[in-house]
Amino acid sequence: MPPVGVDEWVARVEERREQRAGLLGQALAAWDRIAPVWRLVLFAALVASVPFVTDSDFIIRVGVNTLLLAMLALGLNIVVGWAGLLDLGYIAFYGFGAYTYALLASDQIDVHLASWLAIVCVVVACALLGFLLGLPSRRLIGDYLAIVTLFFGQVFVEVVTNLDRVTLPGKDEPVDITGGPNGIAGVDPIQLFGFEFLTPTDYFYLSLVVLVILIGGLYLIDNSRTGRAWRAIREDPLAAGLMTMPVKRLKLMAFAFGAAVAGLAGAIFAALQIGVFPRNFETPFLILIYAAVILGGAGSIKGMLAGAAVVGISFELLREPDEASWIFYGGVLLALVLTVRPWRRLAAVLAGVVVLGLALHAVVGGLWPDAVAGSPRADWALSSAIDNWLLLPDDPKTIGNWAFVVLVVAVVWLSQAGRRARLLALVPLVYLGAFVWENRLMLDPSVTRQLMLGALLIVVMILRPAGLFGAKRIEVA
Amino acid sequence: MDFFVQQLVNGLTLGSVYALLALGYSIVYGILKLLNFAHGEVYMMGAFMGYFTLVALGGAASPAVPVALVLVLMFLVAGLSAGVLGVAIERFAYRPLRDAPRIAPLITALGMSFFLQSTALLLFSADVRNMDTSELISPSTGIHVGPLDISLVRILVILSAALLMVALARFVAQTKLGKAMRAVAYDREAAEMMGIDVDRTIVAAFFIGSVLAGAAGVMVGLVFDRVWHLMGFTAGLKAFTAAVVGGIGNIPGAMLGGLLIGLAEAFTAGYISTTFQNLIVFGILIVVMLVRPTGLLGSPAIEKV
Repeated sequence: MPPVGVDEWVARVEERREQRAGLLGQALAAWDRIAPVWRLVLFAALVASVPFVTDSDFIIRVGVNTLLLAMLALGLNIVVGWAGLLDLGYIAFYGFGAYTYALLASDQIDVHLASWLAIVCVVVACALLGFLLGLPSRRLIGDYLAIVTLFFGQVFVEVVTNLDRVTLPGKDEPVDITGGPNGIAGVDPIQLFGFEFLTPTDYFYLSLVVLVILIGGLYLIDNSRTGRAWRAIREDPLAAGLMTMPVKRLKLMAFAFGAAVAGLAGAIFAALQIGVFPRNFETPFLILIYAAVILGGAGSIKGMLAGAAVVGISFELLREPDEASWIFYGGVLLALVLTVRPWRRLAAVLAGVVVLGLALHAVVGGLWPDAVAGSPRADWALSSAIDNWLLLPDDPKTIGNWAFVVLVVAVVWLSQAGRRARLLALVPLVYLGAFVWENRLMLDPSVTRQLMLGALLIVVMILRPAGLFGAKRIEVA
Repeated sequence: MDFFVQQLVNGLTLGSVYALLALGYSIVYGILKLLNFAHGEVYMMGAFMGYFTLVALGGAASPAVPVALVLVLMFLVAGLSAGVLGVAIERFAYRPLRDAPRIAPLITALGMSFFLQSTALLLFSADVRNMDTSELISPSTGIHVGPLDISLVRILVILSAALLMVALARFVAQTKLGKAMRAVAYDREAAEMMGIDVDRTIVAAFFIGSVLAGAAGVMVGLVFDRVWHLMGFTAGLKAFTAAVVGGIGNIPGAMLGGLLIGLAEAFTAGYISTTFQNLIVFGILIVVMLVRPTGLLGSPAIEKV
């Protein structure tokens, strides 16, 4: 297939859109036939049923976090996906919202506003801050904007960490505004219409309602004049300006809208967590939001929800070794199924992986019993199978580190090699991947989660820049 | 006065490191128009490689070979491994996206930076490593006259940074590859039509920039004695600021910008407050971008439509 940007590709876009084969294609086509309102109702009903199915506190918490992530992804999508401005300080708006709510509804400066008033204040303040940060964007493009906003995010964390001993004019004692590294604890729960939101389940429904309203609003904006104008300035600011679109004002609007959404999510987060801490708003979380946006496909509302669901849920589940094993081996299998065709070749690869493992286990285990002395970290369905298939040394950390380096080098090298080499190397590569996973990555789940986020951003951008649901850009060179 | 001189020396040391890093950003940005976020992480990896070389040679307390050789080997290993890493990053992550929309390689670069940072955390753990430079090079050596109190390490760092920069400037100005780099930076398509191997030139740019970053990492490790996995991110941001302040794509500008940022930071730390170092750098960046977006030495950009 010709690469993006070649005329033939452009000419055949519609054609390819029509020929959605297979079950997945039919399901998507059927989904598209439903009216937007009913799609939203269906989505809301599906999510709302989760607390009825389970009463596990863990799952509900994962759910709330994922819903908040979806909100943030939708907000970031306004700036990055629609207006095409790379805002790397987005996390600061989330933090600013959370801190503003915490200040307006806690003992910190002894203000306890009514929740609705506090939330309105948060949203307005965040929109204003977004507007202010957007001001330089009128002059800065692309990378300059990225660096200024990234700095802004760093500075935000630094400022809230240090605003605990501020000397105000007219006062002798230094004033503690943000609580420094300890943050602000004891934030009031949200109270709306006489109902006090206390448990995670309450916040689950609150977030869901806010998210549904947000989706509805964004859907309307997307199809409005402003939405079209945003997409126009993303594609070509010069042409858009020539068509009398107020480019600068549109950019500022995008920043303010995105920031307001982040602030709203931040307020809910502060109330949910009953406190705010500087480390909630550091770069790793920014990468998480970006991973959701990029995986889902910047520019698409549906994509944001899917991206947030996949990234949010798997990110939380990677904490638990058992669930993490499902995700890892399932993910590898899925990747193989999707990329290796025809199915005979796939079967050969899978059989090769199994045979290679058994053979290595027998030979190496016979020579050095230490190499198989360990046991799998996770206790799940395939644990005993893995114990007989994979080399599990007794003290895996050092060898795991080296294996990780070898794995990364091998992946980089294979990306440059030809098709045949890739196919041949696939079997040992999968085995090596499993080896690294069991012997090193499972030992440090928190680091592993970060690694996977970084790798996800790189791989998705290289293999499928449009993400799961984003429309491929049509560019005529 | 003593204090002032001390901060001046601090600023110069820090500034030469930023300048070396800024050069890497500047070269790559000049050629690819890509903000390589991973550059700071390459620098961090270089520092680690220098540290491990030192450890492999017996550590600072009892090196197996003469001190001068230890230093040379540290710079060599760190520079080369950083260079290889930089080239690998280009081949794997940036080359496939060379003609993609501008935002795509930026996000990849962000992901790469995060990936390398986590890799360092995984491989080297979160411990802060100390090179124990004071045992390698006694702090009492150096210039100690009146208010001047400059340790030998700092002199070495400033001198070798200056040497590297001069070498780079001459390389870009006089060699064939340097000329090719300038040509590609000016107009990639035209350069390609003139028979310049653009891929090779870009690889060379990444290699040279990363070697400088690796060397800068070793220098920071020697002077400030702290090597850890988060050292690259903020340093990278500041170095990019330095490149912007000096005029991006402009080699003397990157050096000037690096020194300015280093001095500003040292004096802020000395006279105002250490907590607001980053704020000051951020302020400088905003002001320069608003007042003179092309930087101090940059020429106005010619916009192609």
